Amino acid sequence: MFDYNFHWRPVMKSLPDLLEAALLTLQVAVLAMILGIVIGLCLALIRLHMRGPLLWLASTWVELARNTPALFQLFFFGFGLGSFGLHLSPYMIVLMGLTFNCAGYLAENFRGGFQAIPDTQIRASRSLGMNAWQAYTRIVIPQVFRIVYHPITNQMVWAVLMSSLGMLVGFRELSGETQFFASRTFRIFEYFAVTAVIYYVIVKLILGASRLLATRLFRY
Amino acid sequence: MIEIHDLHKYFGSLHVLKGIDLNVKKGEVLSVIGASGSGKSTLLYCINGLEPVQQGKVVVDGTDVHAKGTDINKLRQQLGMVFQQWNSFPHLTALENVALAPKIVKGKSKSEAREIAAQQLKHVGLGDKLDVYPSALSGGQQQRLAIARALAMEPEYMLFDEATSALDPELVGEVLETMRMLAEEGMTMICVTHEMGFARDVSDRVAFFHQGVMEEIGPPEQIFGNPQSEHTQKFLANVR
Repeated sequence: MFDYNFHWRPVMKSLPDLLEAALLTLQVAVLAMILGIVIGLCLALIRLHMRGPLLWLASTWVELARNTPALFQLFFFGFGLGSFGLHLSPYMIVLMGLTFNCAGYLAENFRGGFQAIPDTQIRASRSLGMNAWQAYTRIVIPQVFRIVYHPITNQMVWAVLMSSLGMLVGFRELSGETQFFASRTFRIFEYFAVTAVIYYVIVKLILGASRLLATRLFRY
Repeated sequence: MIEIHDLHKYFGSLHVLKGIDLNVKKGEVLSVIGASGSGKSTLLYCINGLEPVQQGKVVVDGTDVHAKGTDINKLRQQLGMVFQQWNSFPHLTALENVALAPKIVKGKSKSEAREIAAQQLKHVGLGDKLDVYPSALSGGQQQRLAIARALAMEPEYMLFDEATSALDPELVGEVLETMRMLAEEGMTMICVTHEMGFARDVSDRVAFFHQGVMEEIGPPEQIFGNPQSEHTQKFLANVR
């Protein structure tokens, strides 16, 4: 009944290629997170403090990023823009899709973080003679950062895992590379099993590093 | 000297301060009493410009607080403020809480700011808590931390906004003691308070506020012993 013969040798032979692809996965995820944090912060501040077309734009961004499948968002930057004659490289498609998605989620995390800091913290800062910028950068942002730290870690994990959708737009990151080898050797199970382990290890490393950093950063 | 002329403050259509005239001289301790919503706290916020005013003016040592050209951040260094909710900065140690403003607002060097901070914390009895985060301090200690933080800017005036109202009863005493100490050192203070004992013993003058109007002002013996206004009499009868 169960007569599948495992063949691990081809997987092991291509392991260096897989690990190289894993680095590409990590690279695109980290870049998307950096851009996502910057954009997400802007989106959150717009949603908290502004009105008019910018508010509409920011709200629409957050709504679309959170309420449509991540895969469709990638397809939009790939096939969607492609049908308008704008052809991006697979790398750019994944980077933009991931950034779009992460910025949307992070914006809501940041918004919650800002709302959790009472106005009286700003009043107390201003009463000491700090200007608005000093109050924001010295008192508000450090406290917000702690509140959003663990959600940011979650989002980083999600960015790594979501980047696997890249194989559906022809990106040869870890999953794309695995798919490429698997279809050439027909050792589909073996390849994806090993790749799953690589993803698992990457995520564990991120979580461990994040926890370690947290004990350094947050002593209160 | 703090001079307040015909001060009016509205929150929307709500008329919170209805023409306050008041002078506070250097070295004076003024207690402001009255029911909640009578405008006492709002008065403090108008004095240091945390709230804009709609009419009248506040002049601190010759500078109009609400005038357009006023460098409000500079002026606020003269006006230390202590809040009902002590508002310690939770991400900074006691020492950092106090040292931050001298460093970034006054431009003191790091070591100088830390020295000032340590000195002020010692002054309010927190000399053994320098490296402790506020979450490990009691309410009374956090309020004394807030006092030290304001004092580190070397203000000419201190504004206390119900500094003991949010404290557990057994912690009120230590904060009042600290305020009493400041008064004895000659600090000019405006204390919005519900502590009648403090108002009577420590203040040079007591002002009674009722529905946005300063009903009565005078030495404590007069306000507590022989109040002229009917509202003052009623209020004092209720709090006793």
